[in-house]
Amino acid sequence: MSEMLIKNAFVIDPLNGINGEVMDIAIRDGKIVEAVGDAAEVIDARRNLTLPGGVDSHTHICGTKVNFGRYMSPEDMRAGRTPRRGHMHATSGYSVPTTYGNSYRYSAMGYTTLLEGAMAPLEARHTHEEFSYTPLQDTMANALFDGNWSVLEAVRDGDTKRVAAVIAWVLSAVKGFAVKLTNPGGTEAWGWGENVDCIQKPIANFEVSPAEIIRTIVEANELLHLPHSVHLHCNNLGKPGNYTCTMGTFGLIPDLNKKRQTLYATHVQYHAYGGSGWNDFCSKSEPIANMVNMRPQIAIDMGQVMFGKTTTMTADGPMEFNLYRLHHDKWSNHDVELETGSGIIPVLYRRKNLVNSVMWAIGLELALLVDDPWRCLLTTDNPNGAPFVRYPEIIALLMSKRYREEELATVHPDTEHRVPLPAIDRELDWHDIAVMTRAAQAKALGIVDIGKGHLAPGADADVAIYPIRVDETDPSVDYRRVIDAFSRTEYTIKRGRVVCRSGECVVDGNNTTIWVKPKVSPEYDMGKDPDFIRKFDRYYTVRMRNYPVQDEYLKRNLCIETEAEL
Amino acid sequence: MIIKDAVCPFCGCLCDDIEVTVDDGKIVAVDNACTLGNHKFLGDHRLPGPIRRDGDTWKDIRYDEAVEYAVDMLLEADRPLLYGWSGTHGEAQCVGVHMAELLRGVIDNTSSVCHGPSILAIQEVGHPGCTLGQVKNRADLLIYWGCNPIDAHPRHLSRYTRYADGFFLENAFRDRKVIVVDVRKTETTNLADEFVQIQPGADYAVLSALRAIARGKGDALPRTVGGVPREQLVRIVDLCKKAKFGAVYFGLGLTMTRGKYKNIRNAIELVDELSRHTKFTISAMRGHYNVYGSNEVNTWMTGYPFGIDFSRGIAFYNPGETTAVDILARKECDACLIVASDPGAHFPRACIKHLADIPVVQIDPYANATTAFCDVQIPVAVTGIDAEGTAYRMDGVPIRTRKVLSTGYPSDEEILGRIYARIQEVRQP
Ligand code: SF4
Repeated sequence: MSEMLIKNAFVIDPLNGINGEVMDIAIRDGKIVEAVGDAAEVIDARRNLTLPGGVDSHTHICGTKVNFGRYMSPEDMRAGRTPRRGHMHATSGYSVPTTYGNSYRYSAMGYTTLLEGAMAPLEARHTHEEFSYTPLQDTMANALFDGNWSVLEAVRDGDTKRVAAVIAWVLSAVKGFAVKLTNPGGTEAWGWGENVDCIQKPIANFEVSPAEIIRTIVEANELLHLPHSVHLHCNNLGKPGNYTCTMGTFGLIPDLNKKRQTLYATHVQYHAYGGSGWNDFCSKSEPIANMVNMRPQIAIDMGQVMFGKTTTMTADGPMEFNLYRLHHDKWSNHDVELETGSGIIPVLYRRKNLVNSVMWAIGLELALLVDDPWRCLLTTDNPNGAPFVRYPEIIALLMSKRYREEELATVHPDTEHRVPLPAIDRELDWHDIAVMTRAAQAKALGIVDIGKGHLAPGADADVAIYPIRVDETDPSVDYRRVIDAFSRTEYTIKRGRVVCRSGECVVDGNNTTIWVKPKVSPEYDMGKDPDFIRKFDRYYTVRMRNYPVQDEYLKRNLCIETEAEL
Repeated sequence: MIIKDAVCPFCGCLCDDIEVTVDDGKIVAVDNACTLGNHKFLGDHRLPGPIRRDGDTWKDIRYDEAVEYAVDMLLEADRPLLYGWSGTHGEAQCVGVHMAELLRGVIDNTSSVCHGPSILAIQEVGHPGCTLGQVKNRADLLIYWGCNPIDAHPRHLSRYTRYADGFFLENAFRDRKVIVVDVRKTETTNLADEFVQIQPGADYAVLSALRAIARGKGDALPRTVGGVPREQLVRIVDLCKKAKFGAVYFGLGLTMTRGKYKNIRNAIELVDELSRHTKFTISAMRGHYNVYGSNEVNTWMTGYPFGIDFSRGIAFYNPGETTAVDILARKECDACLIVASDPGAHFPRACIKHLADIPVVQIDPYANATTAFCDVQIPVAVTGIDAEGTAYRMDGVPIRTRKVLSTGYPSDEEILGRIYARIQEVRQP
């Protein structure tokens, strides 16, 4: 039995209605409890800001595409090297750090739970292998279904239950957590070098439109009672004028779930563009935010862009090729048979560039214009908009109008004519930030019930103590202190153990992988479906028996079983 | 007992449809594999136990002693080299990386003498590729450049290309064109719809000519380039542009000839150009079944695919300086651990000479050319036969190889784990 008592913590725990109470937190065997004995290890939080461990509901940290981002970029690896020291292994990389690099840096910032945003099912084993070298966070992965042939065929046949059955089989097989759709229809079209434009036109060979794919899969997702909603990367990412497409997509989504959103729309910054080309490119954050405000079934993440170098990576293969043709640096692409694709290119976002400046503004606007912080989560779609180590600056920008004004003065001078940002006075408070970086993320992922994102008795003892006194700090003025504080916790506590102290990771860690297994009736078990098996044997290059991720790849793990309506 | 869907641990095709019949603790039959795969499954001549050089002869030693020797050798070394890794599973490779880091040694794998140049090219211009099934289901045009799959990857054509029917190609043999580019006729060139014979060392020039034609600048070309008539080059670009999905596969005939990584860069840029007209991809024909896996493991753990030097505490990468051949040629390293590879058969003489002068431990199931100069050899299980573990196919798809037999040999992971644990006791108490 191990016990710990965190004394004098200034706690903000939004899921339990605690907003700035000085209190003690008791921990026994990795869980929050009511009280502990006198022998407990004591940590004095000295009235410092104390939050549940951070949750990142959309990041790219592990898997084929992430690793290829490292593989192709020795220059990025050189940009962030640390030596082996104590319990910490050597790390490399800035925008795509090594697995240990990701884990240590996230831990230093108080993050304890991470969702890998996109995993090609055929290559899932790779993601799980990397997870075992990401020791300080609990991990889970979205499985990609955007171009899955069995799903596309079932959508075409209007058979929502079969769509759900295929998803159930694949998720259990690859130990995935949720359904990811990246440019639905577009990744299959990219198999022929094509893309889709918006959501209505059907794609070749399968005769289904992105709208049909999205709507059917959203319904199938709810039939499975999955903890998380569909996680959607909309069509037409990054194109001027694409906000209409985004609005059309949002308009498709019914409200199907009482506990959480029905659609998680990711990196919406990239989908809130006005104009007919790059010349009249402008922000359309206002109509998008209004639409989100009116539709409680939708939650979004920002996909904030920050200036500097990064690496973009996404399953949206055609988008990456287009972007490559603008940037001319280097381009990798990896299409995955029967399922999905991906692309990677390095990018430098410049303050002097008007388009980049407008992109920077849009992310912030979304966070400031969506009224309810529970429905706009703080992300950069790491590393696409910026590496996650930039989160503290984003927090400060949202909390301080003065900081925003100072930054606006350094960007392309025409920006102010194209974005509403200068006119927005809202400054988020500590509670909003706690919501956007942990409570709402846990709620959107549906992992509150397994003890994530909050500090009530029974919850996992994942705690972040930041070296900042809320009662002595005015974030709108002292934004530098806010940045420093959120960059490095005083203590990061994971499952009741101090794992990181002032940036120094002090144990090897032992993460948990969270995955789902929807239970379906025998007639919907795709593992026994003759047509499914026949197609698998004919068209995949891996035998069906060798496809599922074996238990050996899951070290500690937590399986969430759901009762599907099938 | 018949084990179905076993995974062949020989080449980068990583065929996973093998049927192995085991009788009385021995493999007696193998179905579906090619001759190379068959040979691997049925091969014996394994060393029965660890051996240590004793003057001009060998003496048998226990595993404990062998591990002890390796530990002492590595701890005493100033600049140990940990080389090989292609013929083993990912879990063992991970231990290797941790070990190199703790020892402040250099870890390198066999790609530094095969597709290392391809990696350097990718680091300059990227890599538009795809999984093998994408090719099988869609590609109506194939180009094999500087490789001879019939000999080196015998089932590549039947499983993925020439003879492999797919979703969009019901009769692949009829509907798919195959172009082979090589300096000489081989078994593979006999199968080609179009054989492009180029002069040795002319790959770069020919690739440049194809790029020029693809860009509409073909008029500037001479009548022949690298021994290939201009008409044929134009015809090829025409075929490429007309294809719905083209796939290029290249081998050591492109990476290890004059121009090296620049050839690959040029080939990738040709594919990039063709991608503006139609769908095109390019991929390396990786040799050992898990050489790609060692690149992957090294990359997620250190940031670099091969040739990683930990002597500064950080991971440092500079191929040409931190790669095995260079370190040996400069006589830098003072101890070498060789795992699942045979540098004795592949390295330049000067390197082998240095290896003969320093202590060397080899971890490998079989006696091979490297045995001739190692001090201790530790036989282990063969991943995919009597041990299981992860391997990455040439296209990056990870597969778990199966254990089809129990022999009692320890796995690479087990032996390396024991060595690492002892090193940790000393270096990281
Ligand atoms: S092609 Fe390669 S993997 Fe397939 S059976 Fe032959 S040697 Fe084995």
